[in-house]
Amino acid sequence: MNVTRRHMLLLLPAAAIAWKHVLAGTPEAAPNYKLSEHWWSMLIDLPKCIGCGNCVRACQTENDVPDGYFRTWVERYHVTDYDIENPHVDSPDGGKKGFPPSKEEGGKNFFVPKLCNHCADSPCTQVCPVGATFISPDGVVLVDKKYCLGCRYCVQACPYGCRFINPATETAEKCTLCYHRITKGLTTACCESCPTGARQLADLKNPNDPIHEFLKTHSIQVLKPYMATHAKVFYNGLDGSVR
Amino acid sequence: MPGVEGFMYPNEIELQWSVLIVLYPFLTGLVAGAFILASLERVFQVQEVKPTYRLALLTALAFLLVAPLPLQLHLGHPERSYEMYLTPHKTSAMAMFGFVYLWYLMAVLVFEIWLDYRRDIVVLSQSTTGWKRMIYRVMTLGSNNISEHALHVDERVGWVITLIGIPSAFLLHGYVGFIFGSIKANPWWSSPLMPVVFIFSAMVSGIATVMLIYMFVTWARKETIDMRCVDTIARYLLYTFIIDFGLEMLDLIHRIYESDESFRSLDFMVHTKLYVSHIVVQILLGTVTPITLLALTQVVRLGEMARKRIYALAGCLTLMGIFAMRWNVVIGGQLFSKSFLGYTTYKMGLVTREGLLMAIVLTILPLIILWGLVKLLPPWPEKNAGSLAGAAPAR
Repeated sequence: MNVTRRHMLLLLPAAAIAWKHVLAGTPEAAPNYKLSEHWWSMLIDLPKCIGCGNCVRACQTENDVPDGYFRTWVERYHVTDYDIENPHVDSPDGGKKGFPPSKEEGGKNFFVPKLCNHCADSPCTQVCPVGATFISPDGVVLVDKKYCLGCRYCVQACPYGCRFINPATETAEKCTLCYHRITKGLTTACCESCPTGARQLADLKNPNDPIHEFLKTHSIQVLKPYMATHAKVFYNGLDGSVR
Repeated sequence: MPGVEGFMYPNEIELQWSVLIVLYPFLTGLVAGAFILASLERVFQVQEVKPTYRLALLTALAFLLVAPLPLQLHLGHPERSYEMYLTPHKTSAMAMFGFVYLWYLMAVLVFEIWLDYRRDIVVLSQSTTGWKRMIYRVMTLGSNNISEHALHVDERVGWVITLIGIPSAFLLHGYVGFIFGSIKANPWWSSPLMPVVFIFSAMVSGIATVMLIYMFVTWARKETIDMRCVDTIARYLLYTFIIDFGLEMLDLIHRIYESDESFRSLDFMVHTKLYVSHIVVQILLGTVTPITLLALTQVVRLGEMARKRIYALAGCLTLMGIFAMRWNVVIGGQLFSKSFLGYTTYKMGLVTREGLLMAIVLTILPLIILWGLVKLLPPWPEKNAGSLAGAAPAR
């Protein structure tokens, strides 16, 4: 076939678009890591959380999270016996510096760490107009910063308030489950820094992961189950008042 | 934290969608409404509104040209917006924006205006001189045949385009409503009624705009306002407004009666942060008052001057009410926490990319464009009656 100048003019833009797709789909280099062998999630053992804020600080350092924005944060709940549906909640600076002593009397206090739930049916990826945010084959919801328009639709669509717009890049940002670490065999920064083991990275596709035993033997809940997002952050001991 | 009451998830304190995103559904609503008013004459043979037909089309075009600007200014990376055309995400309602917009702009509005003005353009391309002649010659697109048969074909094709245009106008604004209504994370937005409410409120605002512009332009040209035309438009405005208000009340009553988990939080918001914009401006001043005024003209025999004043007042209040409705949807939907435990405050910038000044500029810009369009394509045939041998009379 003779490729004329006219053919070239038609083919070049098509080839450029196709190449962009190839580049966009290229995962970060991690030899020996097979996407199809993992399905990442996280276990949060609430009774173990002491609200120290180590996880928030570690996340901010590891991922260069700007001040005032959070990929993970810790909430403190105070629930009284007579009004369990209206808890008093605080999270000063996302719990980064821990919590001051509670002034609330009576009832119960507990801490709830929050992060992206890496939903299997995530509303944020559904609404992205260009597919800049996506679910990786190993179950992590990620954002392609080079592709994100900064329209903020995903921030609106997340029921858990886990997304924000990074003022430096003007693109959507959120917890990546420290993807750059877990693909190299490490755990996340928040799990590594947790002094009580309240946060544990889990691989549901790994039959030897202790998560399987834990899920079988404990009462497990996800946040806002009525949202039907198939969240993959599992909470042990989650109180019904938690939003 | 200043401006925050109760508990917000820490990433929720800053509002994501600003006054520019309030402006976007407001502008597209005017487009859809103006077009539907134009279609009344073309498709539904409501002859009384004929004096506004061309003006309504030009108004729709002027506002449609500006409609994507608030979105572009709002994007973190406007230079990447073309990606929505190249790699649209199939499951995203927003991804359809570019296609719906282009379809409506090129296939419906520009095509219909061109067909309707073709005779005038050909006449003007031969009767004018200088740069104007150049512009009109380009606008003929090389089609200079204005024989009776050719104009008849234009008329038939134009009718078909208007027929396609009506569902397209519904699609354009219904889609904007769907962008909000399909967000299940936000109970203030999540409602299957949202697209329908948006369509009817669009019709209300578009009809009111064309009515006001027609009255103002006719007054400015020292011509006589065709009262039969304005009375008919006001009557359609009233009917559409009643349906729109009925739908909004249905949504409100449903929420109150159902009182789901979000109700307490939303109810508190409506009674505090949104009280002025929702209860006072949107419902009382912007809906109940104009409906009452318009209804008054239907049941009481009033003089011409009184009717004109009432229409002008009702039209202005209507536009204010519809703008408040867009404000309450967009801004109101971001003032409460998805934890239903707290509220934040919207702090509008003044001279910023998404501030008040920009919003004012973007509101005035369509009117400037409309002025240019009216100069280029006068909607009143009697003033530009150039004559060419063999030309059919202007419609």
